Amino acid sequence: MSLDLPLVWAGIIALAVLFYVVLDGFDLGVGILFPFAPTPRDRDVMVESIAPVWDGNETWLVLGGGGLFAAFPRAYAAILPALYLPIMIMLLALVLRGVAFEFRARGRARGKAFWTAAFAGGSLTATLAQGLVLGGFIQGLTLKDGAFAGGAFDWLTPYSVMVAVGLAAGYALLGAGWLIWRTEGELHDLARRWAGTAAGAAAMLLAGVSVATLFLHPQVAARWGFDGHGFSESALARLAPIPLLGLAGLATVGLGLGRRSHVAPFAGGLIVFLSGYLGLAAGFFPYIAPYAMTFREAANEDNALALMLGGVAILLPVILGYTVFVYWLFRGKVTADAGYH
Amino acid sequence: MDVYALLLSRLQFAFTIAFHIIFPSFTIGLASYLAVLEGLWLASGNPVFKTLYLFWLKVFALSFGMGVVTGVVMSYELGSNWSVFSVQVSPVIGPLLAFEVLTAFFLEASFLGIMLFGWRKVGRGLHFAATLLVAIGTLISAFWIISANSWMQSPAGFAHTPAGGLIATDWMAVIFSPSFPARLGHMTLAAYLTTALVVGAASAWRLLHDPDEAASATALRMAIGMLAIVAPLQLIAGDVSGKAVRHLQPAKLAAIEAFWETRAHQPFHILAWPDPKAETNRWELSIPGLGSWITAGDAGAEVTGLKAFAPEDRPPIAIVFYAFRVMVGLGLAMIGLGGWGAWLALRGGPERSRAFLWATVAMGPTGFVSVIAGWIVAEVGRQPYVIYGVLRTADAVSPVGAGQVSASLIGFLAVYATIFNVGVLYILRLIAEGPTEAHEEPPPLAPGARP
Ligand code: HDD
Ligand code: HEM
Ligand code: HEM
Repeated sequence: MSLDLPLVWAGIIALAVLFYVVLDGFDLGVGILFPFAPTPRDRDVMVESIAPVWDGNETWLVLGGGGLFAAFPRAYAAILPALYLPIMIMLLALVLRGVAFEFRARGRARGKAFWTAAFAGGSLTATLAQGLVLGGFIQGLTLKDGAFAGGAFDWLTPYSVMVAVGLAAGYALLGAGWLIWRTEGELHDLARRWAGTAAGAAAMLLAGVSVATLFLHPQVAARWGFDGHGFSESALARLAPIPLLGLAGLATVGLGLGRRSHVAPFAGGLIVFLSGYLGLAAGFFPYIAPYAMTFREAANEDNALALMLGGVAILLPVILGYTVFVYWLFRGKVTADAGYH
Repeated sequence: MDVYALLLSRLQFAFTIAFHIIFPSFTIGLASYLAVLEGLWLASGNPVFKTLYLFWLKVFALSFGMGVVTGVVMSYELGSNWSVFSVQVSPVIGPLLAFEVLTAFFLEASFLGIMLFGWRKVGRGLHFAATLLVAIGTLISAFWIISANSWMQSPAGFAHTPAGGLIATDWMAVIFSPSFPARLGHMTLAAYLTTALVVGAASAWRLLHDPDEAASATALRMAIGMLAIVAPLQLIAGDVSGKAVRHLQPAKLAAIEAFWETRAHQPFHILAWPDPKAETNRWELSIPGLGSWITAGDAGAEVTGLKAFAPEDRPPIAIVFYAFRVMVGLGLAMIGLGGWGAWLALRGGPERSRAFLWATVAMGPTGFVSVIAGWIVAEVGRQPYVIYGVLRTADAVSPVGAGQVSASLIGFLAVYATIFNVGVLYILRLIAEGPTEAHEEPPPLAPGARP
């Protein structure tokens, strides 16, 4: 077979991670916005709006991790030990956030207050940890013979902190966009204000991170046309659609907020994330660990990739089908008493 | 290599996986039980089944949530703490874990939403389908993960590459490795037993306080039926597993039975104090000849003892020996409870025997204990290998410092202790409140939804 299996798999994993980021992104964003909700009823509506879908959304994280293990084991084995602490913090925070969905509904006064705080704190902590993972990952990992050989805190730098805060702003934007779409009344109006603030913060931080990345990695700068000596317009022109897409996303958010659209702010947030994601891919392809390991070096044996590709070809369309079905089923504005509790 | 990092990684892995398995052991069985309840309700229209369904659905939601979040941890821990292991085994069992995500996890997670929140959105048929799909998803999940783990116990269908890695040569042999069928059966039965014991204990508790609660009486009888059938089957499945272990992992078998010498007519040690230094049991309480008969089906059969293996190739003996006895002892008690309950049921009323109800309450948690004991037998008995005969545990660990692993281990201990205590408290509270009578009719449908 002449199919370039590692390349196909790089695409599949990239897709799984993108799906995770935007889908759990709005879940986590709703959690980040939790403390700003004025009444307990608003918080119940917020949770209710994501309760039927969060588990499916988080499963993309399992596909991202499990898929990396199965398709690019050497990357999995290099990246996870290198980013050990922020990954563990993320997992622990996701544990607290995840059980809070059920525990909040079962708790009495004190229990409910505790799990409300755990839901908000878990969401924010998981987001920041994911941002630190992303930042640490982009900065580059110290590898020797394909294994991690750096220090325990290599990932903690001003750059990675900026990425983490930026990701929190981005998730808050997605969360606010989701709430605009799925709620009504005062909460809906409030979500519009949250979306405006989050979009502003996300735009600034995204710009800051982009510029910082150019300084951090000369290779990335070269791809965008700044190779240290001169400046290549054609290189920049080829990639220019990516930042333009980001601007279009922000414009969609802004116009949507201005015209009181119910879906445009969320759609705009998705476009912003897509643009940022494509920007990363453009800067780092074909590296699966930036400038340390290419996806080909990390790839599993061809027979394993081929077997799994067969499975994916059949199963992924089915999964997407029933995922869309579930979202369609739970469409429409949410009320606080939809549950079975 | 950092010996403390290795030790801490082993402790962390053992703790987090033992914690995780508590929930699948219960949710696999409970999902099937819910499907049966909903099916019975749809078929008979008897509201008791719906009352029970709605009651156990709440318990299920709590347990499933804890199963999911602790499972996500596992899928990352393989890389964070066992990176060398991951690189080695991925060409062989990577696809198995990928298939688990694709065939099971998405299915469970997506249809769980409909199961919990779909009452007013979908018709009865579709809701039942969602329950069934979740139940099937949990079983598919067990299939793949037990397949992966069985390959680690009895690796097959692979070859070594010139570069020092492994490569699969026969996928069917990998998926259906020699120990797999027996272990899948044993684990599935274990999950059903665990669920039957919990459902039985909760119902018995309700009946002790309100002997006329119709729903609890029904649930108790269902649990007794399950126990009476499945507990004896589990003895047979365990026996099949044990006979397979004798061929596939003779060192594990010798540790399970604390056999030191290789000989015919091995005695069965009911209790013993194995001393690895002196290579003998300091004392033992034994039945002559029975050991060979249990492990090989023939009292005259020769069974290998631990001395046939170099000391560095032997698993820890006492842990394996006692964990096995805990599992089997409780398994025999379960057979007893099931038999007692069935006998009472035939004579008219298990719900009127307070002694039986109290015994059922007391046996409630024993499924979990047996499951964890069983896994300790299987996993500690595999030591010092992580892939039996292929890769040693000591060579599988990540290059992560002991400081980092202690930090994460403390985090897991704190967070898991919190969610465990609160989760158990909430489940016990639900049981204390008891099932609330469901209405004769299904819940009102939203306008536009099909009946
Ligand atoms: C015999 C069954 C069994 C065993 C041995 C394991 N699991 Fe598990 N796991 C399940 C049976 C299960 C399940 C029944 O499918 C769960 C438990 C409850 C639940 O919510 O789904 C689950 C959940 C679950 C999830 C979350 C799925 C989701 O998002 O819905 C992940 C990622 C894992 N597991 C991963 C693992 C890994 C990496 C294991 C071993 C190292 C492991 N599990 C052992
Ligand atoms: C769910 C039930 C399971 C339980 C309760 C369990 C229990 C344990 C225990 C107690 C250990 C520590 C043994 C020791 O270090 O002495 C261990 C090790 C390990 N197990 Fe399992 N296990 C389970 C399933 C699995 C599965 C399904 C896999 C992989 C597919 C797996 C992979 C490993 C690995 C990689 C180690 C680490 C190396 C080691 O310490 O031996 N286990 N397990
Ligand atoms: C009644 C007699 C029983 C016998 C003879 C028996 C036998 C065994 C044996 C020999 C193993 C090791 C298999 C291996 O390492 O490959 C095992 C493992 C195990 N047992 Fe049992 N068992 C019994 C009862 C139970 C009960 C009652 C439960 C739980 C409710 C249980 C749960 C398990 C589990 C979860 C494992 C680990 C998974 C596996 O390796 O299959 N067992 N059992």
